[in-house]
Amino acid sequence: MNASVRMPGRLRKAPENALSAEQLAQARRARRAFMGKALAMGAGAAATGAAAAGRGAAGAGAAGAAGAAGGRTGRASAAAATQPREARGVPGPGEDAILKLPEHTTGLGQPVAARGYGVPSKWEGNLQRRESPGLTRVSAASVSFTPLQGLFGIITPNGLHFERHHQGWWDIDPSRHRLMINGLVREARVFTMDDLMRLPSVSRIHFIECGANSGMEWANVAVPTVQYTHGMLSCCEFTGVLLSTLLDLCGVDRAAGRYVLAEGADGSSMTRTVSMERALDDVIVAWGMNGEMLRPENGYPLRLVVPGVQGVSWVKYLRRIEVGDQPYYTKDEVLHYVDLMPDGRHRQFTSIQEVKSVITTPSGGQVLLDRGYYNVTGLAWSGRGRIKDVDVSFDGGRNWRRARLEGPVLPKALTRFNIDWVRDGSPAILQSRAVDETGQVQPAMNRLRAVRGTRSIYHNNAIQSWRVADTGEVFNVQV
Amino acid sequence: MSRSSPGRRPRTRAAVSMLAAVTMLAAVAGAASPLAAAPAIAAPAAPLAPADKPWSAIGRPATATEIRAWDIDVRPDFKGLPPGSGSVEQGQEVWEAKCASCHGTFGESNEVFAPIAGGTSAEDMRTGRVSAFVKGGVPQRTTLMKLSQISTLWDYIRRAMPWNAPKSLTVDEVYAVTAYILNLGDIVPADFVLSERNIAEVQARLPNRDGMVRFDGLWSVRGKPDVQGDACMRDCPVSAEVRSALPEFARNAHGNLAGQNRLIGPVRGADTTQPALREPPAPGALGAAAAAAAPASDGAATPSVGAATASAAAAAASAATAAPGAKAPADLARESGCLACHAVAGRMVGPAFRDVAARYAGQADAAERLARRVREGSQGTWGSVPMPPNPGVAESDLGVIMKWVLDRAP
Repeated sequence: MNASVRMPGRLRKAPENALSAEQLAQARRARRAFMGKALAMGAGAAATGAAAAGRGAAGAGAAGAAGAAGGRTGRASAAAATQPREARGVPGPGEDAILKLPEHTTGLGQPVAARGYGVPSKWEGNLQRRESPGLTRVSAASVSFTPLQGLFGIITPNGLHFERHHQGWWDIDPSRHRLMINGLVREARVFTMDDLMRLPSVSRIHFIECGANSGMEWANVAVPTVQYTHGMLSCCEFTGVLLSTLLDLCGVDRAAGRYVLAEGADGSSMTRTVSMERALDDVIVAWGMNGEMLRPENGYPLRLVVPGVQGVSWVKYLRRIEVGDQPYYTKDEVLHYVDLMPDGRHRQFTSIQEVKSVITTPSGGQVLLDRGYYNVTGLAWSGRGRIKDVDVSFDGGRNWRRARLEGPVLPKALTRFNIDWVRDGSPAILQSRAVDETGQVQPAMNRLRAVRGTRSIYHNNAIQSWRVADTGEVFNVQV
Repeated sequence: MSRSSPGRRPRTRAAVSMLAAVTMLAAVAGAASPLAAAPAIAAPAAPLAPADKPWSAIGRPATATEIRAWDIDVRPDFKGLPPGSGSVEQGQEVWEAKCASCHGTFGESNEVFAPIAGGTSAEDMRTGRVSAFVKGGVPQRTTLMKLSQISTLWDYIRRAMPWNAPKSLTVDEVYAVTAYILNLGDIVPADFVLSERNIAEVQARLPNRDGMVRFDGLWSVRGKPDVQGDACMRDCPVSAEVRSALPEFARNAHGNLAGQNRLIGPVRGADTTQPALREPPAPGALGAAAAAAAPASDGAATPSVGAATASAAAAAASAATAAPGAKAPADLARESGCLACHAVAGRMVGPAFRDVAARYAGQADAAERLARRVREGSQGTWGSVPMPPNPGVAESDLGVIMKWVLDRAP
């Protein structure tokens, strides 16, 4: 296992001359089609049948026939061990993908505005938000997870933002939506969307994480990929009016008002208590999400944005804000979003999502195709502020290296990290560990359990481990 | 008109109206052109009083009736609790009509929703702590085991229940149902009548009333955390032994992961319909296999799990055969809430439509009979989990959906 970085290998000319032109012609005519296709090295002719049938056999065949082309056995020399297994050259004049000009190079494409609202390429259809089978029994009170394994940067595309509903979602007529502010204010007011969208607005990038993210793994591994272990997580640029602006507009009683109740207009009329400290700081009454209006699944036309606080407080279809002098003890802070501690009591009003990180690629359920260089990438975040550092281990936590952070590094937002890795093919356990600006260090699972026990549901911010087998397949494990 | 501090909350409706009128008049009378007279918004020297902000006139006062319509929260000190009453016996009637289908006749619930009653004892009521939590070893966590505030239960039932028809209970029905639940947990006797006058006494009897604790470290952004990781960088004293992994039988439980990763890039999704790789994939093998997974038609997405696949395919098929301009039956089924509990293929909460179609194949009056069951609720034909009544589905839609369901035979 490497603890230090090997320089990525230089390109070696593929020894295609190990087989003579005659031998190559023979191989192509070979009866066992997989042999010819394996030697054709992925040229356009590589058909599905051969690949599917030959996954095991082609491996053996290729090793036998192309042994001189670089091999892939474990006994290869150390230098060769970090080289890609696939021979870099192609036989003959070249790949069909280049030599046979494709349709899009020799024809006319689609016109502008063929799709008034663009959608991703059809080739990206594998990235969807998905339910975790068995997590809940009814889909209207359930979660869909963001496919973190395939995303880049820190922004979650609106169509892949995770969902959590208690009584289903709606596409509300925005012209009939109202926001009421009442309680300890000089005057209770009602706002239409027209009113709200005239007010001075801010745009801020923040993550939203469900309190129960990763919660299914408090006791043991339960799900296979980063989509399910960490996918109740998204990050958007939210646009709206600061709650403090609205509260001041209504004449909030800053002396007596200590807590704010947020209430939604959906069937569950979800309510949560927000501290006045948060309410007057960076809480936003938002309508915008990554440059457009909120999606219906995420609360169109209005939701609360409570940076750093668990997602349940980010009330969707926001209809009312009440200012009070006591906490409200709503269902989602009395019966749910409470954690059973080792002493038998339940911890409640635990709003803050603590420092956390995860490697998104390579991650569980993926297969690395090759040895050699990889850019290991992932995300880090903290509800207490900015990420300060991220370290990555390749040996299950025994040794760590500092990762690069992609800028800008923003408070209470996702931060993207990258780190070089030259894989030599031996088994590895990859972990990431974040530190935030308050100095809090993301804990290992054992450390978290030692303090909280194993009967918690929420606030699992433990270090995530991915085991890369020598075959290149990656598995979700706990160490 | 300037205000040195936000006013005290007016005590009467008349005062609210007066105050509103005075405020608005003052703001308008302040200058002929409010924007021209307003100070620069950027960096004012001193904080402006609220009425001086140029946007202060936006929005309108809420009427008292509007506030009453939406201000339905109930605090632990019972502020906001409307007067009313309901007996355990009345609660039982409401329960059987509107609650038992999801929560079970005795609050034991079914596989669908969490259990309400159970797990508490008379001793717990005395101490205010649920011993099952203290001692451990009891996996279930019912509502009454956790409930520390009776106001929360009343508030939640009123705003969110029944699940598919929230806010349809009267105030007295909410009292009655709450009383029934409390009786299920032996917290009140069978002849109890719950009202706003005795609800505080009930609070004093809740088994878990002293079972909650607050922790400032997770409430405040700058609170002191209780868990700190180790920032060790070299030769850290950890075992790095794998102690937990997904069991083999669960390998494909989330669908084929090959279809949940992009077709290009440094990795591919693992084919979880096959056992784990025994050797690294041959060069180009996974590339070609992934290309084979490319979508056949524009916009078609690789579906994730079985039920969704069949439903999506069914939706596509029926969309093709629906009358032009009419809504596709599958869309009607989804919008009517059927797909919350049923899939076309594969059992979810209720039977698969395919199985329903098979069972009633050839029966002339099946559509009518099933429509009645959907409307009135049903239990026992397919197992113990009841189907709640669905009175909200329009008659014509119901006919279309029944026909579609009975057509789902494989």
